[in-house]
Amino acid sequence: MNDLGLGLRLLARMLRAGELTLLAIALALAVASMATVALFTDRTRLALEQEANRLLGADLVFTSSRPLDAELLREARWRGLNAISTLSFRSMVVRANASHLAEITAVEPGYPLRGSTRISAGRGSDDRLPSAIPEAGTIWGDERLVGQLDLRVGDRIGLGNRDFVLAAMLTQDPSLTLSVLGLGPRVVMARADVESTGLIAPGSRVVHRLLVAGERAAVESYRTWAGSRLPQGVRLEGVRDARPEIRGALERAERFMSLAALAAVALATVAVMLAARRFHDRQLDVCAMLRCLGASQWRVFRLELVQLLGVGALASVAGAVLGYLGQAVLGQWLTAVIGIGLPQPGLGAALRAAALGLVLMLSFGLPPLLSLRRIPALRVLRREIGVPAAAGAGAYALGGACVAALVLWHAGDLRLGSYVLVGCLATLLAAAMLTWGSLRLLNATRRGAGVSWRYGLASLRRRPVATVWQVVALSLGLTAVLTLTLIRADLLHAWQGNLPADAPNRFLVNIQPDQSASLREILRARLGSVPALYPMVRARLVAINGNAVDANRYAEDRARRLVEREFNLSWTNDLPAHNRISAGAWHRPGSSSLSVEEGIARTLGIRLGDRLTYDVAGARFEAPVTSLRRVEWDSFRVNFFVIGSPELLAGQPSTYITSFHLPPGAAAVVNELIGRFPNVVVIDVAALVSQVQEMIEQVSRALTFIFVFTVAAGILVLYAGIVSTHDERVREVAIMRTLGANRAQVLRAHATEFGLIGALAGLFAAAAASALGYVLAINVLGLPYRSDPMVWGLGLLAGVLGVGGAGLFLTRRVLATPPLTSLRQLA
Amino acid sequence: MRPIVEAIGLVKQVVSDGRDLNIVDNISLRVFPGESVAIVGVSGSGKSTLLGLLAGLDTPSAGEVLLDGENLTALDEDGRSAVRARAVGFVFQSFQLLPALTALENVMLPLELAGAREAHRAAAALLDRVGLADRLNHYPKQLSGGEQQRVAIARAFVTRPKLLLADEPTGNLDAATGSRIVELMFELNREQGATLLLVTHDESISSRCHRTLRLAAGRLLAEAPA
Repeated sequence: MNDLGLGLRLLARMLRAGELTLLAIALALAVASMATVALFTDRTRLALEQEANRLLGADLVFTSSRPLDAELLREARWRGLNAISTLSFRSMVVRANASHLAEITAVEPGYPLRGSTRISAGRGSDDRLPSAIPEAGTIWGDERLVGQLDLRVGDRIGLGNRDFVLAAMLTQDPSLTLSVLGLGPRVVMARADVESTGLIAPGSRVVHRLLVAGERAAVESYRTWAGSRLPQGVRLEGVRDARPEIRGALERAERFMSLAALAAVALATVAVMLAARRFHDRQLDVCAMLRCLGASQWRVFRLELVQLLGVGALASVAGAVLGYLGQAVLGQWLTAVIGIGLPQPGLGAALRAAALGLVLMLSFGLPPLLSLRRIPALRVLRREIGVPAAAGAGAYALGGACVAALVLWHAGDLRLGSYVLVGCLATLLAAAMLTWGSLRLLNATRRGAGVSWRYGLASLRRRPVATVWQVVALSLGLTAVLTLTLIRADLLHAWQGNLPADAPNRFLVNIQPDQSASLREILRARLGSVPALYPMVRARLVAINGNAVDANRYAEDRARRLVEREFNLSWTNDLPAHNRISAGAWHRPGSSSLSVEEGIARTLGIRLGDRLTYDVAGARFEAPVTSLRRVEWDSFRVNFFVIGSPELLAGQPSTYITSFHLPPGAAAVVNELIGRFPNVVVIDVAALVSQVQEMIEQVSRALTFIFVFTVAAGILVLYAGIVSTHDERVREVAIMRTLGANRAQVLRAHATEFGLIGALAGLFAAAAASALGYVLAINVLGLPYRSDPMVWGLGLLAGVLGVGGAGLFLTRRVLATPPLTSLRQLA
Repeated sequence: MRPIVEAIGLVKQVVSDGRDLNIVDNISLRVFPGESVAIVGVSGSGKSTLLGLLAGLDTPSAGEVLLDGENLTALDEDGRSAVRARAVGFVFQSFQLLPALTALENVMLPLELAGAREAHRAAAALLDRVGLADRLNHYPKQLSGGEQQRVAIARAFVTRPKLLLADEPTGNLDAATGSRIVELMFELNREQGATLLLVTHDESISSRCHRTLRLAAGRLLAEAPA
């Protein structure tokens, strides 16, 4: 088509002449920053997932009390995945006259598939990575086994029918994760040796596991395949299913990363919006000339559209490539800094960013084009006329809707996406209205002020629409960055609060009621503090609102497991720390009521006001759910899914449970407790806690990094915002200089103008970020909100210094050019 | 002979300070093919407005304009564009070259819009004719005022228009350069047999035209034959 050819030729000429440079750069950088952040968060997400899987020893684990179908293993290997099986069972470990019940894990070569076991030559020696699993005829035993049987490396122990040599002390083992509540000391041995022990006979209680790991996409598709043909009694878990505390940390980190990606989109939107406006302004003369030379309205539109689409496509592709390279560099750097190898990202995020860029360009470029085509040709005679009325709100609304849809798609999280969208829209509207009002108010200060102030204000007033655009755009950009700042601080604070250095690392389970007083006494004497002891009643959920609970009615595997096993109920009058009521009200004194954790309530379909029936050792009771609770699972404190009022549960047979922090070198306390209360089970989660702590450390470093990158994208917006009125400013400076204004006067006038724009944008952004931060913290991330007055100072400072500084920098360049040159360049 | 452009009872009314003001007030005129006509008058007398109306760049409040046989007032914006594309070339006081296009590309543009073949050759030849053969690939800002106006004249003539409209073509140029530009315009006008209608302050230009129309306060005063 003739117009396509001509449009492309015009595009090439405009590009060569540098006419489209700003638009192209703004769009390319916008796409690049969206792609980089998206790709990078994608990779970080994958890396964290893998990192978390180290806690599980695999990406996926099948668990069953019967041997697993060989088909599962065959299929996994056929799909190129690593897969090994393990057996876990309990047995007495015998040494001379002493013996102890231990948890034996028999593993195949390659164990563990993720993470690592570590062994040492005995207490007090450094641990190291083993080169393989235990050799035939040898075992590794953990510190508890070594302690309780008083063993040394090299000693012989009996296990079933035969003797083994203790080859090393086990200091770390991923399978810990799967058996936090597994009791007793642990032993790792080679699976090939199991048969010779004669310990496994038909009817023995053995847990069969299949560990699977491999490339992410293959694991996912395998999981889908296996999930659909899982036999009864076989459990399939990723680390999220196995550990609620990991799930919590990962989900929050992911939401933050989505938020960072959205902030990048918001910044890109603003940059493209401003650049498209400038493009429109600069095309006014071109369109008027085309009309004067006899091109029809639609022809002008088609020619401009070809140019817009052309530059959009070029810049988007360039941006996507740039983004891909950018994240590769970031990835390299991050790997060096935080020590997680980042998996390769999919190309999807880059393509998505490019598509988003093109849509952004059309959404903001097309409506002005619709008005450009109507430009009166008379503009060639009279420059002062001929900016056609702004495009109909309809055209912008359609564009806005496209952007909104893409933002939701990009966020991959409908709730988060909608909150951010509504927040941005509200910011836009409020900032526009407030700027308009402020301009009127400020005008009242003109009289009596110096010439620079008056001139600066006059500049703002003379271009009210441009001023409002600038303030709105800069507010939105700053809001994105400030919100991220606030949320990041909240997130880090919450994690540090949940997992301080003295986070509980030992659980004591099965404490009898009559032992609690003396146990408390020992802990007080040895450790100086007394942890809270929680009563625990084992009960089975049998009915909801009088309808018997049937595991088969639940589609979700987790739900089925939850109703099949016994719950640990507790009772207390006081809402435990790290718990928050999310619906209903906490127990009223004297009432019979239940409080349920909101996650499990969702899984099991329990609502506020439902009546639950529990069975405790054959006796049943029923009570209403009067509150739902949100629990900080990543706190490693004792937490319960269901807490009853004392009136309801105090009479039921119960034991006590507690958790406390055992400082390094205080192992004697545990031995004393075991000696005094042989029935009490001590569960050591120190290794798990430190692994989680390490992971959270890595997550927060990754977050900081993503944050810094988003701020860099914000600076681009700032530049685009200031450049958008640059041409006019160059002319004004030239005129002022011609009229004899000195450097200082021009600079002061511009400082006034930019400073005011920056201050307004900063204040609006601080207000918007506080509101958005509050909503996101409470509703999306489940964090307690801490108001931070710093955000106002930060917003104001960033606005005034950023906008003012960048503006003055550009002005200085203009000042360095002789006025006549400036005027001629614009003629 | 049919006039190339004819105005009948042309009025352009604007609202100024709440009062109606006729900046073009009941003007009728005819310009015949091959003529050269100057419109003169003081600033604000309505010269440029009249030119805009005659070119169909603006619409009159009353009256009619016939351009190359078409009644512009009966056409819509795109219809008027089509007439311009077919019959009219423009030269402006402020040159109105597109800054992003080179001299050659500025001259090629009207041909390209018309879908003409060999736009490049024709544009280069005309630029050669106006003495800019060595400036083809220069951007407007790299050219002097006189050179820019020569590019604009080449652009106006490259489509061989029947009517050339010029709005103060020497207004931004010094006297010597201005007179060379005028010379060039009249030469091309003769070579191509076009009709020339120009607005000017410059007596030296109007004196070279066949006729001069004087305008004051929007009214045509008298027609002074040269």
